[in-house]
Amino acid sequence: MLKIKKRSNNDISPEHREFLRAMKLRRAAVLVTQIIVLIGFFVLWEMAARYKLIDAFITSQPSRIVRSLTDLYRQGKLLMHIAITCYETVIGFLLGTAIGTIIAVILWWSEFLAKVTEPYLVVLNSLPKIALGPIFIVWIGAGPASIIAMALAISLVVTILEVLNGFLSVDRDKIKLVQTFGANRFQVLTKVVLPANLPTIINSLKINVGLSWVGVIVGEFLVSKAGLGYLIVYGGQVFQLDLVMTSVLILAVAAALMYQGVVLLEKVLVKRMSKS
Amino acid sequence: MIKLEPIVEVINVAMKYQSLNGEIHALKDISFSVDKGEFVSIVGPSGCGKSTLLSIISGLLAPTSGMVLIDGEKVTGTSKKVGYMLQKDHLFNWRTILGNVLLGLEIRGEVTPESREYALNLLRSYGLYEFKDKYPEQLSGGMRQRAALIRTLATKPEILLLDEAFSALDYQTRLAVSEDIYKIIKKEGKTAILVTHDISESISMADRVIVLTKRPATIKNIHKIEFSCNNRTPISCRDAPEFRHYFNRIWKELDIHVEN
Repeated sequence: MLKIKKRSNNDISPEHREFLRAMKLRRAAVLVTQIIVLIGFFVLWEMAARYKLIDAFITSQPSRIVRSLTDLYRQGKLLMHIAITCYETVIGFLLGTAIGTIIAVILWWSEFLAKVTEPYLVVLNSLPKIALGPIFIVWIGAGPASIIAMALAISLVVTILEVLNGFLSVDRDKIKLVQTFGANRFQVLTKVVLPANLPTIINSLKINVGLSWVGVIVGEFLVSKAGLGYLIVYGGQVFQLDLVMTSVLILAVAAALMYQGVVLLEKVLVKRMSKS
Repeated sequence: MIKLEPIVEVINVAMKYQSLNGEIHALKDISFSVDKGEFVSIVGPSGCGKSTLLSIISGLLAPTSGMVLIDGEKVTGTSKKVGYMLQKDHLFNWRTILGNVLLGLEIRGEVTPESREYALNLLRSYGLYEFKDKYPEQLSGGMRQRAALIRTLATKPEILLLDEAFSALDYQTRLAVSEDIYKIIKKEGKTAILVTHDISESISMADRVIVLTKRPATIKNIHKIEFSCNNRTPISCRDAPEFRHYFNRIWKELDIHVEN
């Protein structure tokens, strides 16, 4: 598709132009339908609540969500809550990816260490990390640090396993090639293993965005005094579903934006490698 | 034409691999020497340890016994005098062609304005200069293999070890590339050792063909290859009357049976 677009218009046959037009139409149709579904959902929700088909006290409704959104905004708290949660999430997934990659490098370097740690990693990987929440609170305190620790705990082990696996599956002949030039282990790492695994690392960044959101929201459920997770818990406790729904919607938007941000980063960094 | 001084001497080399499943006796008492500027092919049945032999000459592997001398010095690790070419080009798709060509120099910490210019000149001489900022996937298989050779030549080795260097290519490309690489190696005046399982390829390129036996490999015979034709190249010599004669003899020596 890309190559065809680059070509000048006059060497495209009429049949091909027809095909491209049909594809474009189809794509537009998908997009329009998606938008209709979204709008339709909110309209139905609003209508059902207005005509008392559903109890807006329990289900909330779009107009109430907008109201609670503007209220929050007027109180000057909206951005603060969003910022706190986003900050914790970003720190969580960046740390998770960075520390995970570093540990993977160490385990790649020392096969002995990798063998020794293997069963522990497997156990840690299958352990539901949420169970560690209370431990973090006792150890680190009921604050943002515990929340970030929670996010980190969820993403770290997966990252280590994923990245190490990528490191170990690098073509042995590529390593042999640099060794014929006399490369030492550090050069094997920096010239072959790391660049070859950039897609793996970015991919784990993508996974970690999602996992970090889970960790942060759970962490906020447990300890926080601010943030979207806190708003959700608080809203639930005082039976203010408007607040809960508003927070969930903001969360959905923020998570999607952050994911798209990483996808964008991937495109910039991995442009060269995915082109083939 | 050929200066008769040995640049590579392989002396009583033997190799045993250890694994949990036992011991593999790959090479048994291999001795031969290669003169400066000579092109030597090594053929043998698959799995006979040809590549192992090349790894030992390159210093990547230490032999169980025996030794290899390069320019009279014992090989203990990878040497700057030796360049190695693998079966696939292994150009890194995250580097440009120039970046790939400079890889060896970079690893040795030898990227200087002069060495860079030398590499650029090689690209210029062999028609890849205009592709220097392109990425490997934008090049054809033949061009990639040529870029891989330039990557090796950029480090100015005296000896080139070609480890089944053409066998990943399809047949037509392979003929063209081996012709291409042969001419470059001759023009640069390098010594070359080619390991291959392709008898025709081994005859068409080499001054001498060393035939190995099955594992544990020993040298069965060494054939001096001489053609009556002028301006010998790998493709042209395939027409020479001697070609079939060499082929038949080596084929018989390889003693390959299809067993059920």
